[in-house]
Amino acid sequence: MEDPATAVPIRLTVNGEVVEHTVAVRQHLADFLRDVLGLTGTHLGCEHGVCGACTINLNGKPVRGCLVLAAQAHGCEVETIEGAGRHDAVQWLQREFHRRNAAQCGFCTPGMLITAADLVQHAGAPTREDIRDHLSGNFCRCTGYQSIVDAVEAVCAAKARGDLS
Amino acid sequence: MRAIGQPVGEALPRVGLERVLQGRARYLDDIKPARLAHLVVLRSPYAHAEILSIDVSAAKAAPGVLCVLTGEDIARLCKSWVGVLDTAPGMRSPPQYPLAVGRVRWQGEPVVAIAARTRAEAEDAAELVEITWQELAAVAEEEAALEPGAPLIHPEYGSNICYEQRVTSGDPAAGFAAASTVVEAAFRTGRHTHVSLEPRGILADFNPADRQLTVWHPGQSPHMMQWLIARHFDLPESSVRIVVPDVGGSFGLKIQIFGDEMAAVAAALTLGRPVKFVADRLESFQSDVHARGHAIRARMAADASGHVVGIEVDDIQSFGPFGSFPRAGVGEGRQVINLIGGPYRNPNYNARLRVVFQNKGLCGPYRAVGHPVACLVTETLIEQAARQLNIDPVEMRRRNYVSDEARDWKLATGAVIEQLSQQAALEKLVSVINYDALREEQRQLRAKGIFRGIGLASFIEMTAPSAAVYGAGGAPIASQDACMVRLNAGGTLSCSVGITDTGQGAAMMVAQVAAGEFGIPIERVRVMLGDTDTMPYGGGNWGSRGTGIAGEAVLLASRALRDNVLDFAARLLQCDPATLSLRGGEVCNRSDDAPRMSLEDLARLAYFLPDRLPPHFTPELMVTRSYAQRSYGGLCTNGIQASHVEVDPVRGTIKLLRHWVVEDCGTIINPMLVDEQIRGGVVQGIGAALYEECLYTPEGQLGNCSLAEYLVPMAGEMPDIDVHHVETPTRTSQLGAKGAGEAGVAGASGAVLNAVNDALAPLGAFLTEIPLTPERILRALGKV
Repeated sequence: MEDPATAVPIRLTVNGEVVEHTVAVRQHLADFLRDVLGLTGTHLGCEHGVCGACTINLNGKPVRGCLVLAAQAHGCEVETIEGAGRHDAVQWLQREFHRRNAAQCGFCTPGMLITAADLVQHAGAPTREDIRDHLSGNFCRCTGYQSIVDAVEAVCAAKARGDLS
Repeated sequence: MRAIGQPVGEALPRVGLERVLQGRARYLDDIKPARLAHLVVLRSPYAHAEILSIDVSAAKAAPGVLCVLTGEDIARLCKSWVGVLDTAPGMRSPPQYPLAVGRVRWQGEPVVAIAARTRAEAEDAAELVEITWQELAAVAEEEAALEPGAPLIHPEYGSNICYEQRVTSGDPAAGFAAASTVVEAAFRTGRHTHVSLEPRGILADFNPADRQLTVWHPGQSPHMMQWLIARHFDLPESSVRIVVPDVGGSFGLKIQIFGDEMAAVAAALTLGRPVKFVADRLESFQSDVHARGHAIRARMAADASGHVVGIEVDDIQSFGPFGSFPRAGVGEGRQVINLIGGPYRNPNYNARLRVVFQNKGLCGPYRAVGHPVACLVTETLIEQAARQLNIDPVEMRRRNYVSDEARDWKLATGAVIEQLSQQAALEKLVSVINYDALREEQRQLRAKGIFRGIGLASFIEMTAPSAAVYGAGGAPIASQDACMVRLNAGGTLSCSVGITDTGQGAAMMVAQVAAGEFGIPIERVRVMLGDTDTMPYGGGNWGSRGTGIAGEAVLLASRALRDNVLDFAARLLQCDPATLSLRGGEVCNRSDDAPRMSLEDLARLAYFLPDRLPPHFTPELMVTRSYAQRSYGGLCTNGIQASHVEVDPVRGTIKLLRHWVVEDCGTIINPMLVDEQIRGGVVQGIGAALYEECLYTPEGQLGNCSLAEYLVPMAGEMPDIDVHHVETPTRTSQLGAKGAGEAGVAGASGAVLNAVNDALAPLGAFLTEIPLTPERILRALGKV
């Protein structure tokens, strides 16, 4: 029997699948996703909420997986990069990222895609400056960002044209 | 040079990038073998201290703990190393062990390693280790370390000098005496670090039954790691296998021995089970190697017509208490004094380098070792001299460049440069940035109190190094590379190469060269890298060597296999092999391209039905070819960058408006990947120019150990970067490619600094220290 001071049972939906586990109260959500569920597309770059590599969707909004405790996700809907690919916006972004080589080492990429998809889904017609501003919480050491901005701009333009629902 | 077939030269998207985009890549920390133990390292809180006692009894008894290693424990398992290179004569650095023995010399130095069932349990146990320290006086500033009476980091040496080098050519005194203008400055470049988003780490698994050690190391040089781990743990080379998983950025970081990583190997050998160490971000800042910290006094003399007639440099390179291993770390300062003044016809040069032991983290290679610092010093002086002489900075360069026609000319150190295209690159840049219009706009805006600046920076980049860089210095790092190319039964091609891909697209380079040279669609090429069990022996990927060296090996192997295939096909078709060619994966008539035989039919015959082949003939459908660049110390590339900025003289802030690069890396295999390498490099150079610095107190405490405090470039502040090329293939290889991975970072800091100085020149400010913080700008303007 787990000590409730150190472990709690949680029930949540992850990428559409109901998950039940007992988790250490000190375990953050990104560690739970990676170490318990094996969803290793969520990466850890700083564990201070600064780099954005662990960005996931929690109840439809992007959050830092390292700043949410697994226990706090009880009753929530969680979506990681492994599940986010079912959205058109993410698929379009993946295609445009690929075409432009907007990922090099790829460690930031899942978080970057989830952050970018949030913009694609919610912004009207963002300018390049809007896009850069929206991505400013996701650190990429490889690309210099321009190709990422180009890719997001292309998807936003496709959405504005009505090519993407 | 012969033209290589398509898809060489095409901007193809990288094969295999889908796994990265879908979150299906496999980085080190994603690998979790059964019975995995997690290693946590307890580090020194002091920059300099005696370890009086270590009590690990409570930690050993803590829940989940599997083993606890101290410096003394590990010294019995792992031989010490000495971080010097013979090519840096006189360099000194004492033996190092994975964990501190008796004394710590930098904050963050690993002291005790704890392996437990989970990382959390290991971290809990680390808190139970009792260490008694005797703090010692520390020295953490370059100049202070040189002062008489400074605390000595290694008392046996009698001073804190690690290495000293002097270079002289011509008659510098005469040059300065004859000058009509001398510009002089004290430069300071901030010590900073790689900040690969994936931190350093290692996973070692030892099977005591067959005494095989398998090490997953997300690095750049797997055979080097194999040699070093075998050597230092006294294992046969054949018992050590290095596997490189996906690598989350490296930039020269994950290319040396780190004590914490060796401790994980020691724990795996001790426990006979897999042990993983992954640094957290605090540990990364404290214990990754650092780079680029220099205090440089430099001056440049020019005659009345603007010709450079002398340069003098005195460089103090910031260092740690030891040389890093096995690359030593002094190559940075050596490269700085090698390259200062490099682009120009300067007859008189005098340089001194001193590398100084300090109680700070170790220093090691970071992308474009030394180049950005050399470029920044040279280019700031050339623009300042132009300013004093009232010569336009473009014209100043025109008057001083070594001619594009010059071949095999020498730098003051004796390094030989094959041929550059500086004049062509400058004229292209002037055209693409519309230089005259930018100057006109600048004049008009200044009248309105808006301060914009245009800064240029020419750079020379040493790529595809020969053995002169490491092998000749005694480091176990291959400077050759090889490609093993195999035709499979289904008519596909497998290429195994000794380099690694850390995201730059090296595997795609291999695929494009192989596809083009062999004559097969790229979809049918499979590239295998990063496993010492299966890859040919090679040096890995660093120093912009992947394309220039391994690319040539791929070309040679693919050509040899094509010749074998055509010879085989000719026997089957009873014709002259010279009448056949390989196109699109089929054997065709050379005359009319008519298909004669598919590669699949040919390979199946060779593999499944060899009894049907002509007697006394065995087709060789697997070929290995090696290549080493031995003509020059390095193949020099060149380029020029321009930065356009707007400075707010009230707030001291800088807005980057745009950045341009014209560079020449010889034959371009994939223009998109080259451009993206350059853009990424530029932004790393901008980081150095504007934000990045490891800020130590005089006592050696690193004050900004998180990404909240150590600033890195983010999307919001970065400009768009236009990249253009001049293409001067090297004559040393058939591929003609030089390196491209470091050119972006080489010139960016200097261009930004020049742009800021150009913007602020009317206000009398002249900055020579980076990062260009608002405080530094306001001080230069006399406002604070």
